[in-house]
Amino acid sequence: MNGTATSHIESLAGWHDLCALDEIVPGTGMAARLNGRQIALFHTREGVFATGNHDPFSGANVLSRGIIGSLGGKLVVASPVYKQHFCLRTGICLEDMSVSIPTWSVAVRQGRVLVAEGAH
Amino acid sequence: MSKPKLVVIGNGMVGQRFLEELVERGHPYDISVFCEESRPAYDRVQLSSYFSGARAEDLALTTVPFFDANGIRLMLGEQAVRIDRDKKLVLGSQGSSMAYDELVLATGSFPFVPPIPGNDRECCHVYRTIDDLDAIRASASVSKIGVVVGGGLLGLEAAKALKDLGLETHVVEFAPQLMAVQLDERGGALLKSKIESLGVRVHTGKATQRIEDGDSCRHKMVFADGELETDLVLFSAGIRPQDKLARDCDLVVGERGGVIINDQCRTSDTAIYAIGEVALWQGRIYGLVAPGYDMARLLAAQLCGDSTAAFTGADMSTKLKLLGVEVGSIGDAHGRTPESKSCYIEDSTTGLYKKLVISADGQKLLGAVLVGDTSDYGSLLQYCLNGIDLPGSPMSLILPAGDNKPALGVDALPDSAQICSCNNVSKGSLCSAISNGCTTIGALKKETRASATCGGCATLVKQVLESELKRQGVEINNHICEHFAYSRQELYHLIRVNNIRSFDELLEKSGSGHGCDICKPAVGSILASCWNDFVLDPRHVGLQDTNDNFLANLQKDGSYSVVPRVPGGEITPEKLIVLGEVAKKYDLYTKITGGQRIDLFGARVEQLPQIWRDLVDAGFESGHAYGKALRTVKSCVGSSWCRYGVQDSVGMAIYVEERYRGLRSPHKLKMAVSGCTRECAEAQSKDVGVIATEKGWNLYIAGNGGMRPRHAELFASDLDDDTLIRYIDRFLMFYIRTADRLQRTSVWRDNLEGGLAYLQDVIINDSLGIGAELEAQMQAVVDTYACEWKRTIESPEALQRFRPFVNDDKGDEQIVYVRERGQKRPARPEEKDTLLVESAS
Ligand code: SRM
Ligand SMILES: Cc1cc2nc3c(=O)[nH]c(=O)nc-3n(C[C@H](O)[C@H](O)[C@H](O)COP(=O)(O)OP(=O)(O)OC[C@H]3O[C@@H](n4cnc5c(N)ncnc54)[C@H](O)[C@@H]3O)c2cc1C
Ligand code: SF4
Ligand code: FES
Repeated sequence: MNGTATSHIESLAGWHDLCALDEIVPGTGMAARLNGRQIALFHTREGVFATGNHDPFSGANVLSRGIIGSLGGKLVVASPVYKQHFCLRTGICLEDMSVSIPTWSVAVRQGRVLVAEGAH
Repeated sequence: MSKPKLVVIGNGMVGQRFLEELVERGHPYDISVFCEESRPAYDRVQLSSYFSGARAEDLALTTVPFFDANGIRLMLGEQAVRIDRDKKLVLGSQGSSMAYDELVLATGSFPFVPPIPGNDRECCHVYRTIDDLDAIRASASVSKIGVVVGGGLLGLEAAKALKDLGLETHVVEFAPQLMAVQLDERGGALLKSKIESLGVRVHTGKATQRIEDGDSCRHKMVFADGELETDLVLFSAGIRPQDKLARDCDLVVGERGGVIINDQCRTSDTAIYAIGEVALWQGRIYGLVAPGYDMARLLAAQLCGDSTAAFTGADMSTKLKLLGVEVGSIGDAHGRTPESKSCYIEDSTTGLYKKLVISADGQKLLGAVLVGDTSDYGSLLQYCLNGIDLPGSPMSLILPAGDNKPALGVDALPDSAQICSCNNVSKGSLCSAISNGCTTIGALKKETRASATCGGCATLVKQVLESELKRQGVEINNHICEHFAYSRQELYHLIRVNNIRSFDELLEKSGSGHGCDICKPAVGSILASCWNDFVLDPRHVGLQDTNDNFLANLQKDGSYSVVPRVPGGEITPEKLIVLGEVAKKYDLYTKITGGQRIDLFGARVEQLPQIWRDLVDAGFESGHAYGKALRTVKSCVGSSWCRYGVQDSVGMAIYVEERYRGLRSPHKLKMAVSGCTRECAEAQSKDVGVIATEKGWNLYIAGNGGMRPRHAELFASDLDDDTLIRYIDRFLMFYIRTADRLQRTSVWRDNLEGGLAYLQDVIINDSLGIGAELEAQMQAVVDTYACEWKRTIESPEALQRFRPFVNDDKGDEQIVYVRERGQKRPARPEEKDTLLVESAS
């Protein structure tokens, strides 16, 4: 999949080119590896978001397989295991604000999904 | 400057609530917590549910991330063994030593074991912690008879647990009656007879002298007047404050135990506080959680600078269900207030007793006892706690409903009325939370904690919510969620009538926002019931719960299980061998299910397509174990082999299963067919049950196993094959059309206005004139059936989603297994850590 168009993107310091946007069906998530770490990419109507893939409640690496939605204006993913909701922008769990998952900055350039190195 | 050090000993219910109260207030401390148990705080009040299916996780009140996220040092499995008040140090059993500026004792209490010779024999237990329950379970598995020593509230709860574990259960009580603290003599006697009729033997007025070797059982309990043989003994003879640490360091304790505190929860040492069941306030130990929560709240407030916070005592009223018998006790239940009067009703035929204790002037309610029916508890408690004037004839408050019972509307309550006693939530604070936007029970519970502990106040909380919303002019709605102002039934009609084919189309026409995990699967299911499109079509894939999304059942570790369809439970040896071979090839844990088929567990996402290829090649189809869809049709062997069978039940089960396979519905559907009235297929516990008769088939509907079992009802008798199928077609489509989201046929039927007769009228007499339409809609689904696995493995597009990572084909390394009884199982967290370290090195 890595065509020549990506070459100058990869040179952007601190950003990783993970996949083509059309590899993630709109309205769904996909797991990805970022420097060996497991993250979850979500293709929403408001753009692509990246969070950790690890579900702190069940301990399983499955958040990418949750349903995307909005609750009270917040864009969220529901854990597929016990259904807690995590805000895709901040990573904070809506049911228990003391729990959160890491998030990363995402940019879509020329049909490629780029994720910034450091977690927020 | 470094933060002041706060050390908390004990992470039980009250200790944990104290931490949460501190965190909420943005406290200034560096906090360390000694937690002697191997897990952080859990819900002791609900402990018994551990025997009826709850897991340790379900009882958890907190998790380790809470401590990490709030920078609290949690020392699990670490018992505090000594307090050095001079050096202000707490020493731990594993060698830790923690300096404190302020110290809080939240060590709770321990069960009192009477000093009877033989009380330490094997299979003698107490009932306080999850570890105790594990030990009881182990002993129960090698026992037939169990005795609970103590007939108080906890003892009776323990008796229920022994009964649930299948033991012949006895309760031995020293006092002449059960629950002497909460009930009067008459109430105690009635409770005893009700409990005995449920199969628990009650022995009151018995003092155990010793426990020794039994003749027919493991032990023999010897009383002054007689003996009782038993295999297991459970002591539940009261609690004692866990005050050893305090005694050892010379804090002032009560004569009969308990660390003495003042209204600020301070002990005799100004740097040390005590809260919860270890604390003795004005000569009282509270054996309930609510007063402990009060102490936790006020101490947290005080440590965060609110010097006015003070403990002012607590109400000890209780409402419980013991062995299925409702029991309530309010205020001065024994009528000890001078010159108080009382009135009661008793009906020993139905087992009902209600007593009111009334002030000398007949104006106020002082106390009450309720046995057999506690539906009046909420309103009586309000009369008592808020000093509301009694109606002219107080008796009318406890007469059975319908007899002009004066209703105590929640509107009549003052704002100061306490609605939730566990969490000290007043009507006023509920109302202000509602005005601030908590317009659902869930939101209200989260914001105020009302009804989050024992749940006894749930009805009242709901009433306050509804009346308050009505007052504010808000209509109570049945909208499926915030994105659609429609019920599921209305959405179904919108989709059918407007020929809507996708979620986005529906959202655009009739909804708002992005949708969520409530409306998306519900709409996905309606679309599938109506149009039967492929669920992994890109338009639908984002709507599905993960199970439908990967056509397999998600397991706790993120792997999946695979259940191929085995129609009617009939399987050839060749196919059986294939299942074995596939399981071996992919190393899958194999188990026979309760639905007459075989479940293969532990498949990783990326293995699923290959597993299916092998299964589909051998002629297997998807079993829809993952969907709100037809699961299995169970059969008994029937007339082909069985000497009693009167019809070919296997043949009919296979026909029915193949007809409805893949049918998506509001909730899952299960069916069964039995070959004669002996009913070996358990058809009367299914959504659709068919039982053979000499003349044809009897059809049963709306049965349910699971959490709330319901017997199916006989719907029609002696049907021929065609009529049977026609009725099932109509029944299922009518249910799909009108049920709520995740409503099984049983609950749907219970809520159906007009009941069974109405349903028979619609289906048998076609009273709505929709019979032909329902049949046609069902036929369309039957005609468009396609195996979802087969379609998936033939669709390169769908297969893309089964990659473990979008940019890497190597699977999740954190799914790890250990072997047990010859097969794999997911490694437990502690095993996992070692395995992962080993594999990394
Ligand atoms: C595998 C199996 C247990 C077994 O090892 O035997 C099982 C496993 C699960 N059951 Fe079940 N149930 C299984 C037979 C049953 C039965 C017995 C039966 O069907 O004869 C019942 C009671 C009958 C009934 O449903 O009325 C049953 C009542 C439930 C319930 C409670 C439903 C209710 O209305 O109260 C749930 C929870 C739910 O669906 O919301 C449930 C949910 C589940 C879930 C899906 C829980 C989950 O979300 O993970 C389990 C999936 C495990 C998996 O990955 O396969 N399971 N479950 C059985 C599969 C049968 C099959 O071949 O498809
Ligand atoms: C089966 C059962 C049913 C109940 N039902 C009800 C009910 O319906 N309603 C109700 O109001 N109440 C009920 N209770 C009582 C309720 O559980 C208690 O009131 C409540 O748990 C008290 O909280 P606590 O934090 O004071 O004590 P606990 O919850 O007992 O917590 C104390 C903790 O401190 C730990 N600890 C003790 N010493 C040390 C040490 N030296 N170092 C470290 N840790 C230590 C203990 O291991 C324990 O985990 C029930 C109790 C039981 C056992
Ligand atoms: S298989 Fe059924 S009963 Fe067993 S744990 Fe899972 S859901 Fe519960
Ligand atoms: S009274 Fe127990 S939760 Fe409200």
